[in-house]
Amino acid sequence: MSWETVADVVSAICLLGGAFLALAAGVGVLRFPDLLSRMHAGTKPQVLGLVLVLIGLALRLRSGGAVWALVLVAIFQMLTAPVAAHMVGRAGYRTGKVRRDLLVVDELTNDLDRVREDDEA
Amino acid sequence: MTWVVGVCGVLLTIALVLAVIRAEKGPSILDRTVALDIVVTTMIAAVALYAAVERRADVVPVLVVLSLVGFVGSVTVARFASVEPEGEGRVRTREEVAAEDRARREAEEGGGTDEHGGPAEGEVR
Repeated sequence: MSWETVADVVSAICLLGGAFLALAAGVGVLRFPDLLSRMHAGTKPQVLGLVLVLIGLALRLRSGGAVWALVLVAIFQMLTAPVAAHMVGRAGYRTGKVRRDLLVVDELTNDLDRVREDDEA
Repeated sequence: MTWVVGVCGVLLTIALVLAVIRAEKGPSILDRTVALDIVVTTMIAAVALYAAVERRADVVPVLVVLSLVGFVGSVTVARFASVEPEGEGRVRTREEVAAEDRARREAEEGGGTDEHGGPAEGEVR
């Protein structure tokens, strides 16, 4: 068994894992009840799934320059995905898309209530 | 490798269809945005899968561009879908800034009862 075969097998496993995470996100975003849980499902392929797919691709390409570009893709995705998630989450909270009955703790609402009481007092 | 491609393609296609169904159903614009984010991510995975199968390194710049541009849509939508607390989203006039500065300076000089950043008790000035 040569080095290339092993790399191909590992790459296939990584690609399958990434595609499976994408499928999990699709199922989750369709079936989960509110915005925050849908976001939770959606972030799985955005970072872990993408990194798995990129590792799979890097093991197939096996050339220096392309692999560095793939590292760049992973870094860009890790920089931009939290920005988008933060904006969407904040917009959802402010427009009342967060269902409090589904949350275990909701520290933000409690803190905001306390600040409002302090302001009134 | 062939059957791996087949299985991955089927998984990605199902994910794409489910995300598009969610984007169609809504109910709010933010749900659609999250669903379309997943569509973009699935597209990145599909392009990467193609590059892996054909061993084409020249497709990699497409991945870079997609990962950079993918978040612009959801940020824009979230920016316009959100309600801001009063006064946060606009540029303040010169007088308002001056008044705020004055109020802050007065708060710093007199008292120091502020919970955050006030001087320590018994501090010699």
